[in-house]
Amino acid sequence: MIEKAHILNEDDIDRIIRRISHEILERNKGPESLVFIGIQKRGVPLADRIAKNIEKFEGIEIKAGKLDITFYRDDIGQNIKPNARITDISFDIEGKNVILVDDVLYTGRTVRAALDAIIDFGRPRSIQLAVLIDRGHREFPVRADYVGKNLPTSINESIEVKLKETDGLDSVTVVEKG
Amino acid sequence: MLNKKSILDTDSLSLEDIKLILSNADSFLEISRRDVKKVPTLRGKTVINMFFESSTRTRTSFEIAAKRLSADIINFSPSTSSLKKGESIIDTLKTIISMKVDLIVIRHSDSGTVKMVDRFVGIPVINAGDGKYQHPTQALLDLYTIKKRFGKFEGLKVAIVGDFLDSRVARSNMNLFEKMGMDVTIVSPTMFLPEDFSGMKVKHCIDDVIEDADIVYMLRMQLERQDRKFYPSVMEYNRFLTMDMERLKRMKHGSIVMHPGPVNRGIEITDEVMDTSGELAEKIVIEEQVTFGVAVRMAILYLMLG
Repeated sequence: MIEKAHILNEDDIDRIIRRISHEILERNKGPESLVFIGIQKRGVPLADRIAKNIEKFEGIEIKAGKLDITFYRDDIGQNIKPNARITDISFDIEGKNVILVDDVLYTGRTVRAALDAIIDFGRPRSIQLAVLIDRGHREFPVRADYVGKNLPTSINESIEVKLKETDGLDSVTVVEKG
Repeated sequence: MLNKKSILDTDSLSLEDIKLILSNADSFLEISRRDVKKVPTLRGKTVINMFFESSTRTRTSFEIAAKRLSADIINFSPSTSSLKKGESIIDTLKTIISMKVDLIVIRHSDSGTVKMVDRFVGIPVINAGDGKYQHPTQALLDLYTIKKRFGKFEGLKVAIVGDFLDSRVARSNMNLFEKMGMDVTIVSPTMFLPEDFSGMKVKHCIDDVIEDADIVYMLRMQLERQDRKFYPSVMEYNRFLTMDMERLKRMKHGSIVMHPGPVNRGIEITDEVMDTSGELAEKIVIEEQVTFGVAVRMAILYLMLG
């Protein structure tokens, strides 16, 4: 793995999260119907941060849960991912506007799995997608409603997102696959 | 993915596999708490339950586990099968394999049958209890129950109480508990011990361990396997081995009582203890064992078939 470019630092990520928080509020005309679901693993702290921001702006409590999509993957049997993480959606999503949050949007397969998982928990009014990085190369008809940064990449590159909660620091870099 | 094709006993399970099963069980426990208790993970896989010996919890537990993962599970019932027409077990298996089953869960009253089946078939096999030999998924769900209560294994004092000779649960559990660094004591009269019990810590009365144990594991009296003379009397059993209120009260803070079920009330555990409520009831984790059993079996099926 060779680091090719440093894309975002802590301040950049902070500004993006604040901007996306405002966009979500604006599009949904306020915070009342919103709940957040972060995709394991780095979507979880991002969802928490956006929810915290909105709590601060609006002064009401915002629910944020976490979702592991392992059991909904389309490549079980070819590529088993043994260590499933925790799913914790301990609130009702019926009739809510669910904001699904992930760090990187790539093929769209993770989002497809997440949509299946979410509707097992109820019938939300809508599901909207927020991502920190959209790197292109979609294999499914999926797009994000809120994008931190569009980052066209080649297939040989990968995006390394680090967050304080999971990795001790905030940064996004492009690395060449070794 | 587990390192082994089949789960036949606890001896051959690696520490790595054990930890993998336990860590995945947490995620599966969550699924059973949802309104819609089903994920599509094992869609298109076929599992067959072959129980040649009666069972409520193990058979149902495997059935529920498979269904919550969207696998198709078929219950093969020996009493209404062609075995009744004299078909051999091997020919029966050939028939089932020909229908492209992906995994066999099997219980049989003869020790060793499951191993024979595993050698014969090319697909994964889970031993759901064979005779007096082993019942590995019971041991794993017990281990998970202990993990949830204590958060660790190292140094925990476990007393396994009862008929050690005839119990497959005893063999599977003792092995697994020791593997995880727990301090195991057998509480059993000499007549319930195997011929060679060197190296095992043995006591003959539950009173010798009751105040010190973190876990008191009551073995079911194997009434169906009493081919030799039965223990002298229930009264004698009660005197040395039964969990009663007086003994329950003497157990230390945070300690628990386990039993693989089904309980012979009045033999291993008294009615009062089984039906107790309030603070002491928290010590009895028999129902937790059953709940966690589904999650652990889901983890096992996922790791074997996923």
